[in-house]
Amino acid sequence: MTNSIDEFLDADVVLIVGSNTTENHPVIGAKVRQAKNKGAKIIVVDPRKIDISADAEIHLQLKPGTNVAFANGMMNVILNKGLENKAFIEERMEDFEKLKKAVEKYTPEVVAEICEVDPEDIIKAAELYATAEKGSIIYCMGVTQHSMGTNNVMSMANLANLCGHMGRESTGVNPLRGQNNVQGACDMGALPTSYPAYQAVSNPEIAEKFGKAWGVESLSTVPGLTIVEMLNAVEKGDIKMLYIMGENPMVSDPDLNHVKHALESSDFLVVQDIFLTETAELADVVLPAASFAEKDGTFSNTERRVQRIRKAVDAPGEARPDWVILMEIMNRLGYDKKYNSAEEIFDELRTVTPSYAGITYDRIEKLGIQWPCPNEDHPGTKFLHSGKFARGKGLFVGMEYQESAEMPDEEYPLILTTGRLLYQYHTRSMSGRVEGLNKKAPESFIEIHPDTASSIGVIEGDMVKVASRRGSITVKARVSDIVDKNVVFIPFHFAEGAANKLTNAALDPKSKIPEYKVCAVQIEKSV
Amino acid sequence: MLVNLTINGQQVQAERDMTILQAARSIRIEIPTLCYDERLVAHGACRICVVEVKGARTLMPSCSTPVVEGMVIETHSPTVIEARKEILRLMIENHPLDCLTCEKSGNCILQDLCYEYDVKEGGFNGEKKDYPIDDSNPFFTYDPNKCILCGRCVRVDNELQCTGAINLIDRGFGTHVGVFYDRDFDSSVCVSCGNCVSVCPVGALMSKQPKKFRYWDTHKVTTTCSYCGVGCQMDLLVKDNKVVGVEPVNIEPNDGLLCVKGKYGYRFIDHPDRLKKPLIKKDGKFEEATWDEAMDLIVSKMKKIKEDYGPDAFGGFSSARCTNEENYLMQKLFRAVIGTNNIDHCARL
Repeated sequence: MTNSIDEFLDADVVLIVGSNTTENHPVIGAKVRQAKNKGAKIIVVDPRKIDISADAEIHLQLKPGTNVAFANGMMNVILNKGLENKAFIEERMEDFEKLKKAVEKYTPEVVAEICEVDPEDIIKAAELYATAEKGSIIYCMGVTQHSMGTNNVMSMANLANLCGHMGRESTGVNPLRGQNNVQGACDMGALPTSYPAYQAVSNPEIAEKFGKAWGVESLSTVPGLTIVEMLNAVEKGDIKMLYIMGENPMVSDPDLNHVKHALESSDFLVVQDIFLTETAELADVVLPAASFAEKDGTFSNTERRVQRIRKAVDAPGEARPDWVILMEIMNRLGYDKKYNSAEEIFDELRTVTPSYAGITYDRIEKLGIQWPCPNEDHPGTKFLHSGKFARGKGLFVGMEYQESAEMPDEEYPLILTTGRLLYQYHTRSMSGRVEGLNKKAPESFIEIHPDTASSIGVIEGDMVKVASRRGSITVKARVSDIVDKNVVFIPFHFAEGAANKLTNAALDPKSKIPEYKVCAVQIEKSV
Repeated sequence: MLVNLTINGQQVQAERDMTILQAARSIRIEIPTLCYDERLVAHGACRICVVEVKGARTLMPSCSTPVVEGMVIETHSPTVIEARKEILRLMIENHPLDCLTCEKSGNCILQDLCYEYDVKEGGFNGEKKDYPIDDSNPFFTYDPNKCILCGRCVRVDNELQCTGAINLIDRGFGTHVGVFYDRDFDSSVCVSCGNCVSVCPVGALMSKQPKKFRYWDTHKVTTTCSYCGVGCQMDLLVKDNKVVGVEPVNIEPNDGLLCVKGKYGYRFIDHPDRLKKPLIKKDGKFEEATWDEAMDLIVSKMKKIKEDYGPDAFGGFSSARCTNEENYLMQKLFRAVIGTNNIDHCARL
């Protein structure tokens, strides 16, 4: 997030794109509603009538996969009405003319056709957002999990910068991170292309710096593979051994039949987790790990705030904290470094992670600190891009709308989109073991528009067979106009009726994110 | 702008926009409250915080009375104490005195205040409430008979959580907290966040517990929620090496709020399915192993694969569920020790 969670309270327009905020980030959802009660206006852009769309001034129920067209349409209206922030553009941005040219043809009428929404709503939304004193964008996986996810994200940045909603309190572009420490895992360099703090592995100087810090002679400057690419490499026989810590690709990854085949073809698979997950079942060795309540450490939240976790209870049986297990493997492989506590690791990592350099356990004893925090006298950073961008001037990058990798056709006529539910979490390895949560959300289902349901003779509660080119599942029907006629929705949490047996592993060429939000399916009543 | 006041004979300087309660707390003079929530505009419902202000006709609720230059305030004068006693008598007149078995005992503000002010009973012989207990929600129960109508739950639900599931229903003696149409919680728009439960000063809204415990047997450990990326701060209530409850912490980023998973999703921690020993697959079946056996096997395989195929024959999935320290170590293991950049996690998934 460019800004802090509490800054939503003072925004006067919150534009929510592809985020089911009140279900997936409930406390942020509550704060957005608090802002509304103080007078803020909410715009929701989502293919479903999600909970918070009832609070919205305008709900653009766009066709899944058409975010770029939507954003271009907004910008087209803003430019035509002269609502852009000329001073901000002049002072802080580059390539404005190119952007103007790129969005020229995306008139509200053209965009309305692509997105299947009312052109008037695009105009209203554009005016509302552009004329806000403090406009804040929230986006989530509805923007990113597409084969053109990077373009979608850049479109959000274009839109914000066009209106000058950047670099000030309560403005900005705010992706909500879906997992407790996905921000931290990225910050720490659990990415194939970067060391901690996004320092490129391909840069020999950086590699040398880390080599020195870690006391090793040379480090590879060849970028590694992403998860989906690694699975492909396992299938091809290029990768022999996978070591999976705290992940459950057998439910969370796209095209599960393919994932299973890949994991089964590895020579040696180690899984380290707190439960025997669907993925751990396929392992050669399973290592029992401690949960968050059984160890010390830090998580970095979606607003870049580094916060403590603390050991409250002992891990069950012989389970050990992940860092203890990893250290032991390192040591046994001949790398001798010993750590006596999580804090000692933190003290090392902050010497090679400039954005964390000023953070210590002492400083975050009570309240977490938001990076960048370059030194111990620095208070941390509440919002980013104040005054100037990291690259100096901000760059407008005009985007063309492109269709999703797999569009509906005669055989597979509906668009399937996937997401999470309030009462479950990711692959349910935790939430699925909490009785009350299971009572509230016991099983997988498919949301079908009443007209679509009646066309195949399905009523509420019937079992429906849903098939894509990659697999098929049978799930219970929820008949509701929460979705449009040509769209269906399935939550991805459940291993039984797993949405990811259907999803498409088409990747965004830059971010390598799979297209979970759009694939083509057919449905029929299951007998 | 500062104003000068005298509280219990002590000279105090307070900000102009402070209330008497805030000014008193700033010099560590404790005034009891029941309905007060520092996150909300005070509404002065319970009156337990009344104080004597020199020159005022009546006692003033300190939570909602702004400070004024020259105010002279007594927070524990005989008149104030008698008034608080009377308020407490009125409250417990219509409140079950089942503290012996009440789960809230030890964490109940009403109980603490009755103890402090020596109030044992109401003594009015008035009519008693008799509502059914609502235990329809999987996570908490609601006993309207124990409710003292402070309204904190209603205000937190409507003004902070903004779900609007509960409100005060009916008027006069029949006033009670309930959901739309006075049905049960489970058939309302309630999202089970438990934020109403967290602020209930008495035992009206109570988390369901698989096993009973007493608050004085627990201790709190402050930590960060392990579900989504909001990073809510919370206290784990620990008893006998078990997490038995979760309370929100009133600090950024969550300011005292949680969702259903943060508040109630902790019971996976001591679930019997937890992995307790390393497992090694032999002939398609897992067998328990010692750490040494598992480590020996892993390390010998790693050495062999590296020798035969080189470092890029390894792939590591790190985890957005694990700590910064663990992610750092995982990528260090792959880069510095194995020698490959094939390390990723589920950021995209």
